[in-house]
Amino acid sequence: MRRERVPIVVVVPAAIGAAFFILPLVGLVVRSPWRDAVTALTAPETIEALKLSLVASLSATGIGLILGVPLAWVYARVEFPGRDLLRALTTLPMVLPPVVGGIALLLAFGRRGLFGSWLDTTFGITLPFTTAGVVMAETFVAMPFLILTVEAGLRSMDRRYEEAARALGASRWRVFTRVTLPLIGPSLFAGAVLCWARALGEFGATITFAGNFPGVTQTMPLAVYLLLETNQEASFILSLVLLLISLLFLVVLRHRWLGSA
Amino acid sequence: MSLEASIRLALGPLDLDMELTIDEGEVVALLGPNGAGKTTLLRAMAGLVPFNSGHVRLDGKVLEDTATGQYVPTERRPIGFVFQDYLLFPHLSVLDNVAFGLRSRGTSRGAAAQKAVEWLGRVGLEDYARAKPAELSGGQRQRVALARALAPDPRLLLLDEPLAALDVSTRAEVRRDLKRHLASFQGIRLVVTHDPLEAVALADRLIVMENGRLVQTGTPAEVTEHPRSQYVADLVGVNLIRGEADHGTVRIPGGTAVAAAGAESGEVFAMIHPRAIAIYRRRPEGSPRNVWSGRASNIELLGNRVRVRIDGEVPLVAEVTPAALKELDLVEGGEVWVSFKATDVGVYPA
Repeated sequence: MRRERVPIVVVVPAAIGAAFFILPLVGLVVRSPWRDAVTALTAPETIEALKLSLVASLSATGIGLILGVPLAWVYARVEFPGRDLLRALTTLPMVLPPVVGGIALLLAFGRRGLFGSWLDTTFGITLPFTTAGVVMAETFVAMPFLILTVEAGLRSMDRRYEEAARALGASRWRVFTRVTLPLIGPSLFAGAVLCWARALGEFGATITFAGNFPGVTQTMPLAVYLLLETNQEASFILSLVLLLISLLFLVVLRHRWLGSA
Repeated sequence: MSLEASIRLALGPLDLDMELTIDEGEVVALLGPNGAGKTTLLRAMAGLVPFNSGHVRLDGKVLEDTATGQYVPTERRPIGFVFQDYLLFPHLSVLDNVAFGLRSRGTSRGAAAQKAVEWLGRVGLEDYARAKPAELSGGQRQRVALARALAPDPRLLLLDEPLAALDVSTRAEVRRDLKRHLASFQGIRLVVTHDPLEAVALADRLIVMENGRLVQTGTPAEVTEHPRSQYVADLVGVNLIRGEADHGTVRIPGGTAVAAAGAESGEVFAMIHPRAIAIYRRRPEGSPRNVWSGRASNIELLGNRVRVRIDGEVPLVAEVTPAALKELDLVEGGEVWVSFKATDVGVYPA
């Protein structure tokens, strides 16, 4: 079969662009001290950080699903004044520098913050510099990805299926759980994975709002960054672990989502 | 036991104002061109489209009444709705699709599955219970949609263009099956269609609507024998003229008088079958009282007949044989004379 020649003006920048992504990964894989991998991976700090990262990012995704799906539904299905403004505000963390997000959280929920002082004096609840604070920071930064993806799914689905379900006697709740959610399944899944990936990599907002206490608020990205100062080899190995986790999920995504797109 | 609806609503370009009553025991087809508001009317009766004023009553019970503010939500109306492209839930098996309405209305899982299997048997699809809708042919999907709508035992069955999504080769067979299922359903049946053949084949009574208004209702024979709108006349394939009867003539707007035996007085329709119209190249001399000249604007071969549209004082369609057309040596744009007898004009009050 005759193949169309790809123009050189496209090939060269495209190749440079690809290399730009591949070379750092090669560097990470090649220069990692594989001999010390086992020691670094089984070190208690590593396991703690990994555990905390997984727990916090999965919690953030869970909260994202519980709060974000209804919010996406409201954006997609309810017309109300100020909807676009509200959507813009809840999307802001996607473009906001995470450190700024962390400071904003601190000013709102810190012990002397706008609501934080009230939470502290009324309920004795302190959020900053706790594991709950990590989850909050990650949710703040990651949930918008889920909201936007699910809203897009809700908007593009054929709403007549919901009408068909109603005509068959299904209550609003049954329509939502048995028809709407399954039909937007791919968007829901994609949104959850994006949210989770963003939460897993969260650094700026977390370190600002929750600090860096090993075992309590020190997640993997924080551990990697701080080990860079004290134990470079270990930080390389941890980076590699994060790379593998991300790669694994990208592969899953390809099959479940990107592959079918 | 009957359905009684009076609905007025404005939706985009559509201005709908319809009143209809359907009794149990008759199958009614709502016939009209695209954009007439048929589907909107159906959806309004199902509670899926709000209307400006009016009411819907089923078996004497109010489903919706704007005067009193009563509104029974769609999911609590005893209706079965077959949507135009069926809208089978793609993520559910055929069995779960059919059981969906029963489960929604509180039937237990086991009982719903059992009844769904029964219904699949009735439509001849018991072997497809585990299949997904995407694996079915168009005709099979139609049958699943029908089974799904009928399984919860509705009082009112609404079908929106039930055969439009099918290709021509399967349509006749599916239409036969549909007619059989409609006949065995004990409730009120309303079929929306834009296809006159479908309407005549399925229904005992036609309701013709155009631009959101009822233009004619009656048995298929009544409607086709006495069309009351250009739309129906075109569907039936006859010439329809509306005018003022004056003892033997029908005067149409513009002043032309059509000689019509049986014309008395008042507003009337005059119907002339295309077969009754003769075409000549020169002005004919003879007994027919109606003779006009015109221009052949469109010539169309339909099986063993040729339909010639003639623009003139009175636009008409004539039907001749291909041989006659050849002998006339007629091409589009050619000058012709047409004639028909006053006794070939059917006259009935408008």
